[in-house]
Amino acid sequence: MTAFFLLVTILILALVGYILGRVRAMARAGGDARGLHSLPNYYGWHAALMTMLPALAVLILWLIVQPVVIERKVGTLLPPAALETDTAFTLAMDDVRRVAKGLDLAVANGVMTDSDASMIRTEFTDVRERLAQVGVALGSNVSKETLAAAQSYRKLTALGAVGRTIAVLAVALAGLAWALAVTGPKFRARNRVEAIIMGALVIASSIAILTTVGIIWSMLSESLAFFRQYPFTEFFFGLTWSPNFKGGSELGFVPLLWGTLYISLVSMIVAVPLGLFTAIYLAEYASPAVRAVVKPAIEVIAGIPTVVFGLFALMTVGPLLRDWIAAPMGLGNSGSSVMTAGLVIGILNIPFVSSLADDILNAVPQALRDGSYGLGATKSETVKQVVLPAALPGIMGAVLMAASRAIGETMVVAMGAGAAAKLSLNPFEAMTTMTVKIVGQLTGDTDFASPETLVAFALGLTLFVLTLGLNVVALQVVRKYKEQYE
Amino acid sequence: MTSAPMTGKPAPVRSGSILAPTPHMLRRRRSETRFRLYGIVAIVISLSILAVMLVTIFGNGYGAFRQAKLTFPVTLDAQVLDPKGNRQREEMVKVTTVGYAKVLTQSFRAELTARGIDTADLSDKDIAALVSKDAPGVLRAQVLADTSLVGQTIPMSVLAGGRIDGFLKGRVTMESARLDSNINPEQLQFAERLQQAGILGLHWNVAFLTNPDASDQRPEAAGLGVAILGSLYMMILVAVMCVPVGVAASIYLEEFAPKNRWTDLIEVNVANLAAVPSIVFGILGLAVFINFAGLPQSSSLVGALVISLRTLPTVIIATRASIRAVPPSIRDAALGVGASRMQTVFHHVLPLAMPGILTGTILGLAVALGDTAPLLLIGMVAFVDNYPGTPVDGFLDPATALPVQVYSWATRSDPAFIERSNGAIIVLLGFLLVMNVAAIILRRRFERRW
Repeated sequence: MTAFFLLVTILILALVGYILGRVRAMARAGGDARGLHSLPNYYGWHAALMTMLPALAVLILWLIVQPVVIERKVGTLLPPAALETDTAFTLAMDDVRRVAKGLDLAVANGVMTDSDASMIRTEFTDVRERLAQVGVALGSNVSKETLAAAQSYRKLTALGAVGRTIAVLAVALAGLAWALAVTGPKFRARNRVEAIIMGALVIASSIAILTTVGIIWSMLSESLAFFRQYPFTEFFFGLTWSPNFKGGSELGFVPLLWGTLYISLVSMIVAVPLGLFTAIYLAEYASPAVRAVVKPAIEVIAGIPTVVFGLFALMTVGPLLRDWIAAPMGLGNSGSSVMTAGLVIGILNIPFVSSLADDILNAVPQALRDGSYGLGATKSETVKQVVLPAALPGIMGAVLMAASRAIGETMVVAMGAGAAAKLSLNPFEAMTTMTVKIVGQLTGDTDFASPETLVAFALGLTLFVLTLGLNVVALQVVRKYKEQYE
Repeated sequence: MTSAPMTGKPAPVRSGSILAPTPHMLRRRRSETRFRLYGIVAIVISLSILAVMLVTIFGNGYGAFRQAKLTFPVTLDAQVLDPKGNRQREEMVKVTTVGYAKVLTQSFRAELTARGIDTADLSDKDIAALVSKDAPGVLRAQVLADTSLVGQTIPMSVLAGGRIDGFLKGRVTMESARLDSNINPEQLQFAERLQQAGILGLHWNVAFLTNPDASDQRPEAAGLGVAILGSLYMMILVAVMCVPVGVAASIYLEEFAPKNRWTDLIEVNVANLAAVPSIVFGILGLAVFINFAGLPQSSSLVGALVISLRTLPTVIIATRASIRAVPPSIRDAALGVGASRMQTVFHHVLPLAMPGILTGTILGLAVALGDTAPLLLIGMVAFVDNYPGTPVDGFLDPATALPVQVYSWATRSDPAFIERSNGAIIVLLGFLLVMNVAAIILRRRFERRW
C-alpha cells in the first residue's frame, strides 16, 4: 500500500470511528443525549481523533526511519570504496536507487517477472540494456555489488511497505477500540477533544518560532562551516570578490556591502521624498473623493511582483539611462547599473513609505493642527512645523523599514544591477549586491562543501541580521511614538 | 506677537487697506501653493511611472499572444515516414524528426512552386530555416498519434522561425538582419512575399498558455504550460498548508494565549518574520527541505513549503485583525448561555470573522504567487520541459512557476524571449487581478460594521 493510500485508509477509519463513537455513546446513554457528559458529537470526534492521531504519528515516524535503516543495511553490500566518503556513499546509493527503480519499472512493464528481477546476475544478463528497454538510462554498466544492493533494496522496501501497512492499521484499530471502550455517559469527551484542539493551536502558533529557529540554525551551521574554511577577517574586511570554483577564490564582503548600500541609498533618495509628499498630500490636502481614487492606485504598485519591476529595469530604465545620461556624459555604457536598480527599487518602495507615513500622519491629533491654524499658520506651515515634527519618529521608523526592504530586494538587483563586484563611486557602473551573489552562488551545480557555495549562507546570515536589526529598531521607534498620544 | 511667526522678523508696517495682501502674505501664499504642488507632482510622477511600466509591458508582451505561422498542405510521404509500409507505430517510432523535417521542407517547396513564389535568391537551407525547428517534432507527434495519416496530404499550420516571427512583429528589421548570422535580408524579403501570398501570417497563439518551455533555439515554441501548472500546484499546497496553520495560530494568539513571555516572543517573531527578505526563506528551504529532509529539488512541494512559511505571517496578521474585529459581546453572549471557550470561538467568533480571513488569505496568496527569489534557490529556475504529473505524485515532480519563468526568459539572449517574458507578466498580472478583485468583492459583499 502506498503511503498516500494508507493515509486515505486512516481517514476513512477515522470517519468510521466518528460514527461508531457517536452511536456507542448514544447507546450507552439509553438513546437520551441528556444522560451524557458531553454532546454526542464529541464522542464521535474523540473516537475519530484517537483512531487518526496515533496512526498518523506511526506513519510519519516510519516514513522517516525506514530509508535510514534500509540505507544502512544496503550499504554493507556496497564495495568498500563507496563507504569511504559521504559523497561517494550518496552517489553509490543514488545508483542503487536508480537500478532498483528500473527493476520495478521492468516488472511493471512486463519486461521481467518479479522473480527475474530479484534473481538476475550481472554475469548472465546485461542489466543496463534490459533497463534501457523500459526507459531507465544508466550512466555506466551495473556492477555486481550495485545490482545485489539494488535487489536487496527492493526486497527491504517491499518488506517495509508491508510492515508499515500492518503497523499503521494495527495502531489505528487499537486506538479506535480503546476510544470505544472508554466511551460512556460519564466519560468527559468534550474536555479531551478540546485539550487536543488546544494542543494543535499551540503547535500551530509555535511554527513562527520554529521558522525563525530554522532560519538561524540553517544559516549559522553552514556559515560556521564556511568560516572554518575561510578566515573570518578576510571575509568581512576583504576588498575583492572573485569566487573561483577551482579554488583560490577571494571572497571579500566589502564590495558587496558597498553595492548593497549604494543601491539602497539611491532607492531611498527616490522613495522617501516621493512617498512622503504623496502621504502628506493624501493626508492633509486631498478631498475624500481624490483620496479614494489615488490611494488604491498608489497601492497597486505594491501589489505588482518585484520580478515585473526587474524586467522594467532591464528592458526600459537601464537602456534609457545608458543612452540619455551615462553614455553622453561618458560615465559608462552599461545598461545595468546602481542607478537603474536604485531608481526602480525606489519606485517600488514609494507605496510602502507613503502608506506607512499616511497612517502616522493621520495619527497626529487634530488638536495640534487646530492650534497651529488658530495662531494664523497656513496649511503648509502647519505641516512643516507642527505635524511633521510630531510625526518624525514614526516617519523615521517607516524610512528604516523601507531601507530594510531595499537591502533585501533581490529580483530588481538581479536583473538591473549587474554581476560585477566593484568598489566605485560612479552610479552608472554595474555593481552587485549580497542578494544577487546569494542567488549566483546557490543556483546551478553546487557543491555544499566548497567555500564558494557556503559563502552564500554567510551572506544570507549577514543580510538577515542587517534587515532584522533595522526592523527591530524601526518597530521600537514606531511603538515609542505611538504611546505619546494614546 | 507678529503676524509672521515663521520668520521672526518684525512685522512690516502695513500701509493701506487691511484686505490688500502685503508682499509677505503673498510670499506665504506662494509657498503654500508650492508645497501643495510638490504633493501633486509626487503623485503624478509615481502614477505615471506605473503607467509607463504597464504600457511598455503590455506593448511588448502583447506579441507573445500572436505567433507567425506558415499554412500549407503537407504531403506525408510514406516512403520517408514508414519505410516498411505496414503502419506499425513501433516501426515508425524509429523515424526521427530529421525525417519529418525533410517531409515538411519538401511540402513547403512544392507549395512555393505551385503558388509561383520566386525563390531564386535563396538557398535550400535559407528556405528550410523559415520553418521552426519545433515543427518537425509536432508533426511527428501528430502522425504517431494517428498512423493512418501517412500517405495523405493534410493542411497544416506550422510555426515559423523566431526571427521571421520577430520580423512580422517589427522586432527584426532589414538592418538588424544584416548583422544577424541566423537570418539574412533575402529571407525577410521572401517572408514578405509569403505574407502577401497568404502563406505566412500572425495567428492567435493558444500554445503560449499550454506549451512547456522550449530551448534557446526555439523561442517561438516556448509556452507557459509548465509554469502555470507549477504555480497552480503551489497555490493549492500553500492554501492547504498555510491557511489552517495561520488561522489556528491566530485563534490561539487572539483568544487563548496567556499574557506571558512565550506569547510575547511569538508576537515579536511574527512581526519580524513578515519583514525578513524573501530570499532568506529560499536559503532556509534549500538547507532544511532539500539538503536536510532530502525532498526533490525544483518540486512544487518544496516551493509551496517555502512560500507557505513566507506567507504565514501575512495570513496571521490578517486573521488576527478580523478576529479582533468581532465584538466581545458575541463572546459574552455565547459564554453566557453555557458554551465552552472552544465552542464560543469555533461556533461564533470564527464564522463571523470568516469573510475577513478569506479576504486576507486571498491577498496573501496573491503576494505568494508573485514571489520569485526564494524559488530561484530551490532550483525552480531549472529548464523544465515536462509537465509535472497529476497530484499527489506530481507535487514532487520538477516544475517551474510563473514569476520564475519571467526571470529565466528575461535572462536568455534571444530578444524573442523578452517578448515571451513580457507576455508571461501579462498572464501573471491577469491572475493577480482576478485574485484581488475576488478579495474586493468578498469584502464588499460580507463586510459587516458592528
